[in-house]
Amino acid sequence: MLKIKNLEAGYGKLRVLKRISMHVNSGEIVTIIGANGAGKTTLLYTIAGIIKASAGDILLLDNPINQTRPEKIVAAGCSLVPEGRQVFSTLSVRENLILGGYVQYKKNKVDTDAELQYIYDIFPVLQERQNQLAGTLSGGEQQMLAMGRALMAKPKLIMLDEPSTGLAPLIVKNIFQIIGKLRDAGNTVLLIEQNAKAALAIADRGYVLETGKFILQGPSEDLLVNRDVQRAYLGREVAL
Amino acid sequence: MYWDKAKECMPREDLEQLQLERLQSTLYRVATHVPFYRKKFKELAIDPDGFRSLEELRKLPFTTKDDLRSNYPYGLFAVPLRDVVRLHASSGTTGMATVVGYTRNDIKNWSDMVARILTATGVDADDVVQIAFGYGLFTGGFGLHYGAERVGASVIPISSGNTKRQIQILQDFKTTTLVCTPSYALLLADTMIEMNININALQLKYGLFGGEPWSEEMRTEITNKLGIIATDNYGLSEVMGPGVAGECSYCNGLHINEDHFIVEVINPETLEPAAPGELGELVFTTITKEAFPVIRYRTRDLARLVTDPCPCGRTFNRMTRVIGRTDDMLIIKGVNVYPMQIESILFDIEGTEPHYQIIVERDGRLDKVTVLVEVVESIFFDQMKKQRQLVEHIKKRLATELGIGVDVKLVEEKSLERFEGKAKRVIDKRKL
Repeated sequence: MLKIKNLEAGYGKLRVLKRISMHVNSGEIVTIIGANGAGKTTLLYTIAGIIKASAGDILLLDNPINQTRPEKIVAAGCSLVPEGRQVFSTLSVRENLILGGYVQYKKNKVDTDAELQYIYDIFPVLQERQNQLAGTLSGGEQQMLAMGRALMAKPKLIMLDEPSTGLAPLIVKNIFQIIGKLRDAGNTVLLIEQNAKAALAIADRGYVLETGKFILQGPSEDLLVNRDVQRAYLGREVAL
Repeated sequence: MYWDKAKECMPREDLEQLQLERLQSTLYRVATHVPFYRKKFKELAIDPDGFRSLEELRKLPFTTKDDLRSNYPYGLFAVPLRDVVRLHASSGTTGMATVVGYTRNDIKNWSDMVARILTATGVDADDVVQIAFGYGLFTGGFGLHYGAERVGASVIPISSGNTKRQIQILQDFKTTTLVCTPSYALLLADTMIEMNININALQLKYGLFGGEPWSEEMRTEITNKLGIIATDNYGLSEVMGPGVAGECSYCNGLHINEDHFIVEVINPETLEPAAPGELGELVFTTITKEAFPVIRYRTRDLARLVTDPCPCGRTFNRMTRVIGRTDDMLIIKGVNVYPMQIESILFDIEGTEPHYQIIVERDGRLDKVTVLVEVVESIFFDQMKKQRQLVEHIKKRLATELGIGVDVKLVEEKSLERFEGKAKRVIDKRKL
């Protein structure tokens, strides 16, 4: 689904990503864990086309996308759920969702109500609040709205940037359950998270990003057991 | 039958992507955690971050057995000792020993690799596996054991030796799978024939053999006498242990677990990559090991790489059986022996002269080593008792050092051939 080779990217002269390589196979959840400032959001923004890579290759379904404009990348099937939700607060829930489906609407005549119902089935609370202004929703509800909005574009790859930020633990649990269900329904997910424990619990594989380099990768159960990961990201020595 | 079809049959370009990712993080980890590599990279002005493709692997320095020896015991470990859950070592007390370590994940991966080669032979959870490799610091016994347990087979950790008991267990425990050196397999076969045991009445179906070189003729003899499918497997403790490579049931070359190791074949003289299909020295780079990663480890084993697709469907490239060594290491009764080890012991013992010869023969099925040692004239003509004591002393020290028993004969001063230049100390009368 996604293949990245020797990617370098940054902001001006600041090199953030230093020659990283990774891949995401269809139908799996891959998580990238790392501390603040490691470069996780930069990675997602580079894939999404918001930042231009300075070197390396990004292939989405075997098509190179490093020179592609962001809107074309969405049309190619890659949607981003940005960090901090970033819903359009002065628009209603329903309007946010419809905007998310713009790329589909542009191409084909879509049955908007059917599309919305599909999202409402995954996130019933959005149906309840469909006419409410997005800015008035709670943190958890906004996260669901941001995810629903991304799903409206019918992506092949969904990228989530720190969905757990600023959310109460129970809500985080709920959100992650939904992410798991997305994978079970056949979606492919790239999940960026600081909450390594929650991320590794649902992911199939993970990569550990530290100051712009992948220092470790593997099946998530292996990363959970790895002592360096435990010490640095899981907070405490887990007795096994 | 595959243990891990997704990996064993993965398309080559996916495999190469996986190798690239794993190599990049391995280089970072060794440069950060292993002073030996950090220093070497610095000396050669190599930027471990600057790694772009697998072709660039040849820019990296080699690692040799001597590097391991000089970093005895834990100098090359990339993790703190408390994360190491297993230690294995080669034999030797005279500065020749090397130590390797494994984390929990390393053990898991190792077991999976061995499970793959067992499954490739045909072994599954219904099998009863008799492991006649020595358990202990050698990786052979435990390596095959953990892999067989992983497959879910019933494992008999009988270790090596005591042929009569091995045969007893083979019959009583209804062993289906024999794991040992090929020469030991033939010894068991011949002993059973001598004892008039009906081999056809046994449950034996499979044999996984390794630890020493063996020929197609030997394989034919084993399959005929024991009525089993006999596959070859290869490994070395410095790289992992058994499980680095193993044959599938087509018995046509050993599939290398390329998602865990990057293999190269080099010309041992020029150190440049050998031409495709050319005989050369096997060099391995580990890309998943946590405790003891090695970069371009020179095995000193000579073999060829086979890149044609195998009918079994596995996309991992194969190596031919090991055809020889680039150094003077011997394999005796499945144990690695360096003539240098023998030399250091002899020099250490009073009364012996620095002239010796090592004669290796195959006496029936088992290897036999006789060390001829020149002794000071006075000892040679002295009491028999003194001579006997000296012989026993040398024998004991050699056995302790090498881990195998050797025969020792004292000879007169100047009775052994003298050489100009490098002395030919070893006379190997075995024919593969």
